[in-house]
Amino acid sequence: MTETVLTNIEKRRTTTVGWQGIVADWSSDQRAFKNVSWGKAMMWIFLLSDTFIFGCFLLSYMTARMSTTVPWPNPSEVFALTIAGQHIPLILIAIMTFVLISSSGTMAMAVNFGYRHDRRKTAILMLVTAAFGATFVGMQAFEWTKLIMEGVRPWENPWGAEQFGSCFFMITGFHGTHVTIGVIFLIIIARKVWRGDFETGRRGFFTSRKGNYEIVEITGLYWHFVDLVWVFIFAFFYLW
Amino acid sequence: MVDVPSDVLAGIPPAEVGEVDLYHPRSWWTRYVFSQDAKIIAVQYAITAMAIGMVALVLSWLMRLQLGFPGTFSFIDPSQYLQFITMHGMIMVIYLLTALFLGGFGNYLIPLMVGARDMVFPYANMLSYWIYLLAVLVLVATFFVPGGPTGAGWTLYPPQAILSGSPGQEAGIIMMLVSLILFIIGFTMGGLNYVVTVLQGRTRGMTLMRLPLTVWGIFTATVMALLAFPALFVASVMMLFDRLLGTSFFMPTLVEMGQLGKYGGGSPLLFQHLFWFFGHPEVYIVALPAFGIVSDLISTHARKNIFGYRMMVWAIVGIGAMSFVVWAHHMYVSGMNPKFGFFFATTTLIIAIPTAIKVYNWILTLWRGDIHLTVPMLFALAFIITFVNGGLTGLFLGNVVVDVPLSDTMFVVAHFHMVMGVAPIMVVFGAIYHWYPKVTGRMLNETMGRFHFWVTFLGAYAIFFPMHYLGLLGVPRRYHDIGGTAFVPASAHDLNAFMSIAALIVGFAQLVFVFNMIRSLSKGEDAGGNPWNATTLEWQTPQTPPAHGNWGKELPVVYRWAYDYSVPGAARDFIPQNEPPASSTPKGAHP
Repeated sequence: MTETVLTNIEKRRTTTVGWQGIVADWSSDQRAFKNVSWGKAMMWIFLLSDTFIFGCFLLSYMTARMSTTVPWPNPSEVFALTIAGQHIPLILIAIMTFVLISSSGTMAMAVNFGYRHDRRKTAILMLVTAAFGATFVGMQAFEWTKLIMEGVRPWENPWGAEQFGSCFFMITGFHGTHVTIGVIFLIIIARKVWRGDFETGRRGFFTSRKGNYEIVEITGLYWHFVDLVWVFIFAFFYLW
Repeated sequence: MVDVPSDVLAGIPPAEVGEVDLYHPRSWWTRYVFSQDAKIIAVQYAITAMAIGMVALVLSWLMRLQLGFPGTFSFIDPSQYLQFITMHGMIMVIYLLTALFLGGFGNYLIPLMVGARDMVFPYANMLSYWIYLLAVLVLVATFFVPGGPTGAGWTLYPPQAILSGSPGQEAGIIMMLVSLILFIIGFTMGGLNYVVTVLQGRTRGMTLMRLPLTVWGIFTATVMALLAFPALFVASVMMLFDRLLGTSFFMPTLVEMGQLGKYGGGSPLLFQHLFWFFGHPEVYIVALPAFGIVSDLISTHARKNIFGYRMMVWAIVGIGAMSFVVWAHHMYVSGMNPKFGFFFATTTLIIAIPTAIKVYNWILTLWRGDIHLTVPMLFALAFIITFVNGGLTGLFLGNVVVDVPLSDTMFVVAHFHMVMGVAPIMVVFGAIYHWYPKVTGRMLNETMGRFHFWVTFLGAYAIFFPMHYLGLLGVPRRYHDIGGTAFVPASAHDLNAFMSIAALIVGFAQLVFVFNMIRSLSKGEDAGGNPWNATTLEWQTPQTPPAHGNWGKELPVVYRWAYDYSVPGAARDFIPQNEPPASSTPKGAHP
């Protein structure tokens, strides 16, 4: 994306700040968000759209849970693990949450090193992020396996409302798909960073456009969003 | 307006971005088939949408044949009738109108009108079309699977949509949902392009308040679509699970054929809320581009600036925002909490205010204008008439007490066909007559155009106007055969036959239009660059049809709004947006 070469921006953005600045930007020509590239704008708008998808999923789940006439299984019990003789509620979910939030930290560091053109550190941190993400998906697979062994199915479960299983598999499955896509993208971008594509101006395979280190930040936006969604799933599905 | 600075570029800020890295096709395949050029993608979208639209047109004929002459056509059985209804509605609303306005006109006009070389993400734009085509093919394939397409009605209400007894329950409903999911994925790729191009890809001098209203309409509709389609996506996924996995998101406990079904505890009402949270904005996703385009048609062909440009923009934005809080007016008879009806009736009536503002502004634009009754103008005028007609019946149906008795009658069919069927289609035709010269470099034949207009406009009225009366009589909708009912007089059956004949005639008149489009490709009059003497940027391209990259070496610079028509004292009755202010710039030109 050569268009991210931002020329003459500083000259115009000298005086107006705050609300007046927003009005000035929106009434100006060429671009409404002055220092935002196309790629970043697209990712933000996509995430807004995706928010509505997850919002609809979670609202549907809440509707099902509130309107069901049979008891809803107690998540603290369902998601408890017995480790070394200790019965610990939600322990796996707590670890998963910790792993995912840690991955956001390494992602943020990768973005920072990306803008410093530190290829090695950027690529390593992105791969660490991807590894955290893969760990998360792995633990999710473990959790699914455990529940399936205990007889939870999308259409039934041993403890109560059948919507429990349907909502659980659908929402965590959709979120897990997002994490998996994120992991794949992290690996692809890390490879490009490592190879130095953004230094040599090598063109993308499909798009035939040159990239730059901003793509690390855009991937990061997606990653943080997926992380944030998990916080809501954690709160509304596991803690409620 | 101040007198003009010596340097015409003063006041126009410098370019903020470097030149765009365009994809240059090297072969026939990448130039015309897997093209990343928004103009080619637009034509691909338009042709696909119109082709599938013809299928929906034939389906409407079959329905009208059955309704007009019940019992005559033995090959139309009740199940098939329901399948025709469903596929007709689904195709017309989503696969024709949404795809044509946003994928077709959006792709063609946005980059040209904002002065960009292309959409910002040409590759995603190309994928958008191919996924849309896949969605259409999956949809068409449902006609050939065992059991045929789904007959659940275009709203796909559960539980009946997935229960045995509904036509197409075997495979049709599954493929319908898959097709919708594909459509939404494909649309999202295109939609992100349209939004980012308008927000971040404009040329120098093109402020948001200098955009033609066409772009405002398409832009707002796209933003709405990006926020409304997720609800349909979620509803489709959940219903797909209900059908395939046996989950019970939408399925209550029910007894089917004397057997207790496998489902239990789900909420059909939840589906309706999700569906209409998409479905109502969808009405405006179709209507807002039509509003925008018709504003430009009226202004151009009446040689007069649009009346109340800022008001028009804010009305579009206001309607877009309001349309997210009116959805449950489709559900007055669904059994939801009756108190909701009060809230949603109120918001529904409030949304009529910005809509009425727009209608007044169109009329005031025409007022004392130099009206050229060209074919696009005729269609634009027809739009105003049919839209006002459909809008007024909408005010009736927006009230709970009126809606409840009318809800399942032909009155509703008449209402929504007037307001979101006929009216937007009038704009589609007008827009094609208007922009065809830019797309192909040749004019459409005027005589055939006028014939097409009068048959379509009068014919559409002949079909849908009597339908209001049938609805008031209490003739129900969705019925294969109303039979001999005491409250339906014999004259109503004659009226039905009349409407069916009108529908056949209108349908055949579209062949004239198709013939005109094909013939004019080679035999049409040479259009030149700007046959309508229009001000907007797409008419100022160096080549017609615009070449790859649209603008030659230099991007255009915009100095004025899009509506400098008949400016007092100007040499011509229009001033293109990219014409720099000369020292003799007349008073009255918009800054």
